[in-house]
Amino acid sequence: MFSLYGYQDIFLEGAWLTLQVALLSLILSVALGLLAALAKLSHSTILTSIATLYTTIIRGIPDLILMLLIFFGGQLLINDMSYNLNEWLNETITGYYPHHEWTAYLPEYIDISPYFAGIITIGFIFGAYMAETFRGAILSVDKGQLEAATAYGMNKYKRFYRVMFPQMMRHALPGLGNNWLVLLKTTALVSIIGLQDMVKIAGDASGSTQKPFTFYLVVALVFLFYTAVSTTALKWAERKYSIQTR
Amino acid sequence: MTVPTLSIRNLHKSFADNQVLKGIDLEAHQGDVISILGASGSGKSTLLRCVNLLETPTSGDILVNGELIKMKQDKKRGAIPESNKQVERIRSRLAMVFQSFNLWSHLSVLENVIEAPVHVLGVPKKEAIVKAEALLQRVGLYERKDYYPGQLSGGQQQRVAIARALAVEPEVMLFDEPTSALDPELVGEVLTVMRDLAEEGRTMLVVTHEMAFARDVSNKVLFLHQGLVEEQGKPEDIFTNPSSERFKQFISTVY
Repeated sequence: MFSLYGYQDIFLEGAWLTLQVALLSLILSVALGLLAALAKLSHSTILTSIATLYTTIIRGIPDLILMLLIFFGGQLLINDMSYNLNEWLNETITGYYPHHEWTAYLPEYIDISPYFAGIITIGFIFGAYMAETFRGAILSVDKGQLEAATAYGMNKYKRFYRVMFPQMMRHALPGLGNNWLVLLKTTALVSIIGLQDMVKIAGDASGSTQKPFTFYLVVALVFLFYTAVSTTALKWAERKYSIQTR
Repeated sequence: MTVPTLSIRNLHKSFADNQVLKGIDLEAHQGDVISILGASGSGKSTLLRCVNLLETPTSGDILVNGELIKMKQDKKRGAIPESNKQVERIRSRLAMVFQSFNLWSHLSVLENVIEAPVHVLGVPKKEAIVKAEALLQRVGLYERKDYYPGQLSGGQQQRVAIARALAVEPEVMLFDEPTSALDPELVGEVLTVMRDLAEEGRTMLVVTHEMAFARDVSNKVLFLHQGLVEEQGKPEDIFTNPSSERFKQFISTVY
């Protein structure tokens, strides 16, 4: 029934991979976004500066360029660091034991898998957007809600996860949903660093079958399916939470 | 003489250059109902908020059941509590009822009432629910236990807030203008509940504009003016025979 010139199975795997990359990046970006939002609102000048630097840089550079920079640059950086650490360790040890032979204590070459590079890059990019969404959401929580938590003896962690977090998420939901849709579509970029996601597979398949329109149309439909399901779920969640705020 | 449930000694509070409290002394024994009156800006809400350290006093001592809340000096922030743990433990024994209710809007009525017992005091959930249901029955809102605060009227919300306060079995209940945000026709239902609590011997500190409550229910009245206690005493004495000119003026304008 569903056949794509023999590519259907590998294409389904690619579609699943796309979803995995998207969901894992989402988790990372929410975590990073929360941390950055809290840092921005903290009283510490250092934390505020780091978070502001992060969001300014990330939001000011195209996703495609960032993806390439982090993938290739990160590879260089890690291997340089590993090389230098090896050298330093060996020199230090030779200083104490002159007969010591050169040994690679850290791997000489680390290959970053495009899977993790993709997740980390997208998570990192969207963390910056999430930070702004969360910052606004935190600011819109009524101060009295936290004051009541304080007055009843909650410590700052309980205040956060019992009161602040559930309340800010209601305010964050529309922005979060929007970011998720953009994030989902941005996963198409991971194909350029060699990950076998559905976009890459469609590219390869259309090259060998000479049916680019068919393959890219299917990719488009799968993305549309993912986003439609997400939109419905978000609408449901927003309606559920609005009952409480009414 | 028994140890006072709450004693406040020479309490000062300033916000930047603005001195709000200029040395307040107050003692509450078990079963006392103390009304704190005063014009806006007299420092009465600040006093109440200092008791459970929602505002940090600039100087002075606060003792709950004889236990001093220890303070230390910080270079940047001035006076701060020496131990957050101690403050959190003491706060959990002093329940506050706010002017704007401040019920947790993401939790149902019942969840609001069991929140502090379960998540602060560590009471088993089942036990907390049984007690919360009894308290809701008492304030007449058992039928609304699964509603969210946003679905209730102001008076109902404040009654839930009182049930929430009772659920922690507080040493002292702090009321911060509990009826000021209510429509006139809803004030009565809240005052009735408060009267009830006073009669069963709860220790209460009530910042209020309700003269009738101060006169009829409390056994002690404190009148603040510009951060100082201008007049204090038993309501039957000071309402009929005020010694301060300002208090005389104050009651004549409110009535």
